[in-house]
Amino acid sequence: MFGYYLDLALRSLKRNKVLTALMVLAIAVGIGASMTTLTVMHLLSGDPLPTRSGTLFFPQVDPNPYPDGPSLPYDMMDYRSAMDLWSAHRADRQALIAHGQLKLIAPQVNLPPLMAQVLSTTSEFFPMFEVPFRYGHGWSAQDDASRARVAVISSDLNNKLFNGADSVGRTLRLKNSDVRIVGVLGAWRPSPQFYDVAGGRFDDGQTGDFYGRPEDVFLPLNSSSDINPVGFNFFTCWSMPQSDATLQTSPCVWMTLWVELDSAAKVRSYRQFVADYAAQQKSVGRFARADNTQLRSLMGWLDFNHVVPSDVRLQMWVAFAFLLICLFNTVGLLLAKFLRRSGEIGVRRALGASRAAIMAQCLFEAGLIGLLGGIGGLLLTLLGLWLVRRQPVAYADLVHLDAAMFLATFALAVATSLLAGLLPAIRASRMAPGLQLKMT
Amino acid sequence: MQIRPVLSALRKHRVATLLIAMEIALACAVLCNACFLIANRVQQIQIHSGVDERALAAIKLTGFDEKDGVDLNARVLSGLATIPGMRSVSVINAVPFGGSPNNAGITTDAAGKQFAGVVNFYTGGPGSFKALGLRLIAGRAPHDGDYQPVVHFVPDDALVWVSQSLAEHAWPGVDPIGKEFWVGRPHFRVAGVVANLARPSPGEGGPSTIEWSVFVPSLPGAHFAGTYLLRASSEELPRALRDARVAIAKIAPDAVLDTTASQSVASLRETFFQQDRAMAGILLGVIAAMLLVTALGIVGLASFWVQQRRRQIGIRRALGASRGDILSYFQTENFLIVTFGIVLGMLLAYALNLVLMQHYELPRLPLYYLPIGGLVLWGLGQLAVLGPALRAAAVPPVVATRSV
Repeated sequence: MFGYYLDLALRSLKRNKVLTALMVLAIAVGIGASMTTLTVMHLLSGDPLPTRSGTLFFPQVDPNPYPDGPSLPYDMMDYRSAMDLWSAHRADRQALIAHGQLKLIAPQVNLPPLMAQVLSTTSEFFPMFEVPFRYGHGWSAQDDASRARVAVISSDLNNKLFNGADSVGRTLRLKNSDVRIVGVLGAWRPSPQFYDVAGGRFDDGQTGDFYGRPEDVFLPLNSSSDINPVGFNFFTCWSMPQSDATLQTSPCVWMTLWVELDSAAKVRSYRQFVADYAAQQKSVGRFARADNTQLRSLMGWLDFNHVVPSDVRLQMWVAFAFLLICLFNTVGLLLAKFLRRSGEIGVRRALGASRAAIMAQCLFEAGLIGLLGGIGGLLLTLLGLWLVRRQPVAYADLVHLDAAMFLATFALAVATSLLAGLLPAIRASRMAPGLQLKMT
Repeated sequence: MQIRPVLSALRKHRVATLLIAMEIALACAVLCNACFLIANRVQQIQIHSGVDERALAAIKLTGFDEKDGVDLNARVLSGLATIPGMRSVSVINAVPFGGSPNNAGITTDAAGKQFAGVVNFYTGGPGSFKALGLRLIAGRAPHDGDYQPVVHFVPDDALVWVSQSLAEHAWPGVDPIGKEFWVGRPHFRVAGVVANLARPSPGEGGPSTIEWSVFVPSLPGAHFAGTYLLRASSEELPRALRDARVAIAKIAPDAVLDTTASQSVASLRETFFQQDRAMAGILLGVIAAMLLVTALGIVGLASFWVQQRRRQIGIRRALGASRGDILSYFQTENFLIVTFGIVLGMLLAYALNLVLMQHYELPRLPLYYLPIGGLVLWGLGQLAVLGPALRAAAVPPVVATRSV
């Protein structure tokens, strides 16, 4: 049966090459556009840490001393709140994070000084986020406490400064201080760079920068504030800082805290802990609101920040509208194609073919068109992704076709063509055998 | 041309007619909205920054110690001024399209209750107001005595120049000259209004706030150093900027030149809107592909109908119908189908716009997009059907006498 239908379908496709080519082309273009945008969407909306994103949480409190502040807590924390929550060690693991830039010179490396993006954090950052190391390792809790001058550098920076060689033990000069490299990261490119996500709701959908590359240098937070006490970026301030205020005492939010909580019970108790902390801070007069706390999961936090850029979403919808137009187009053309063969179908029916057999034959033909369209669609998807990689966006280097999307291309193409073939096939199978014979 | 026979023939092909009409409807909806999206992007790309973009460039230095700021300013200002063709060098905190905005929420009362929005503060050293080429429309230009030292991120109590757009927002309908506003304790008084002044990252607070900018005359110092505004004639600017970037390595060997920010304002603008241009290009491509597919669908179906009706066409021809009659029959048929599709499509376009308005910051679709979209599709339909219709018109009357 299979071989017979294949033969019939091929004959039919060959009979009117232009019409066949039109249908295959329409499906290919529709699939190419849809799969390009769907692949980008798939890459950007995925889970950056599939093995443990369910156990990572982002606590937030509202340190604003004025009761008429924003209705949601700030996306970052002030120094004191972040330190209090971190030093309570109530989670399985926890890491503080702050950002800044420092001038970096590598002694004995003949390169001009550069501004390095610095992530200041605490020791559990690396195990908690499963950060891979190429050489060496992270620093210890002891290093955090003793304000050790140690650093972990990215593989990008290691390639740039040391041509990818093992640089553990070498020294970097950051601003006016020397730090010793204890670890070099391996290939690590979380998508998005989830631990840096904040403020997405104010970005008007232009969130492409959340998909950038990890920082160049990772420093223990205490060491980093010794090296450059004013070198941190702040998120916002609830009032104008005094001119002599340090960031630690300023009315500004600039730190984030991530915690790992391995069970639902721990999540509940941590949520209670954060609420209790806010209540206690309100009672001493530091917070105006005790009820404005949050403990979002990693994926919840990404959703809250609308991390997928709105242009990517828009492109996907446009592509699917286009695919729908291609689908209507194919239905019309298949209808014409099948009905043109009414004589032939009449003969088959008169010779005993059942309606189901006619329908199966028509659908087989539609499916074959879909398969051909899928091959064309795959090529166009590869072309589309190549074009996306050339765009000036932070996620350009992430864009590739993975196995799932490769299969999805064909699944979508065949599903589209079968859907398109359904109505024409039903119409063709309903033709009365006698009438068609008479007419010819 | 009689419409009745065309309609009754179409009634025999209800499904195919409906399919083409639906395709046209969808194409109409997507066409109108995609064009509207493109128009919006183009409008954003064409915003007026208010400064002489072609004559300006920025140099940004980082990585120096704050205590060295005064010395760095002196070295850079005198060092770059000697470059041939350089008209002026001044200290500034940011330039339009260069990013690094200095945003703060302002209130129009000292108590901090009358919130007037989040605005950007440009701090500019002596010479920068003139160098920017801002067009003053009310008040006076800054005097030498208006430049004050930066305390926090701006001077504590200063005269300021606001854009017309901000003035209209904060003090609608009244003369803004002499009006005051506050950022917590720091206090500002409006001394002049400039026609346009875009934010360093225009569009970040929504399209209506693009020009919510304030110019504060400020004295360079430890808290206000590192970013410099260069002005040269538009012909000499590329070379002057190149020379400046080279000279900086000698003038300030201890600082790090931010190469992405140290560009001419024109190229900063180019980079800033790169993504919007790409998006507009993608939408244009989709429109073209969509119209092509739709046209091909019409061609395919019309060819099929012509072939199917060869005998009937022959009979009509034999009974005295002219070629023109046959041609206009198929054109009328196409016109009716497309019209049906366009009517549906206009409703769909409007619905789609409502959805887009909910999810994107997009205004309502102006109604004149609908008839324009309709005209395009009518034209497309007529063009697409022309080929098959001409083939139909070429069917000779003798076909009527043949069986099949």
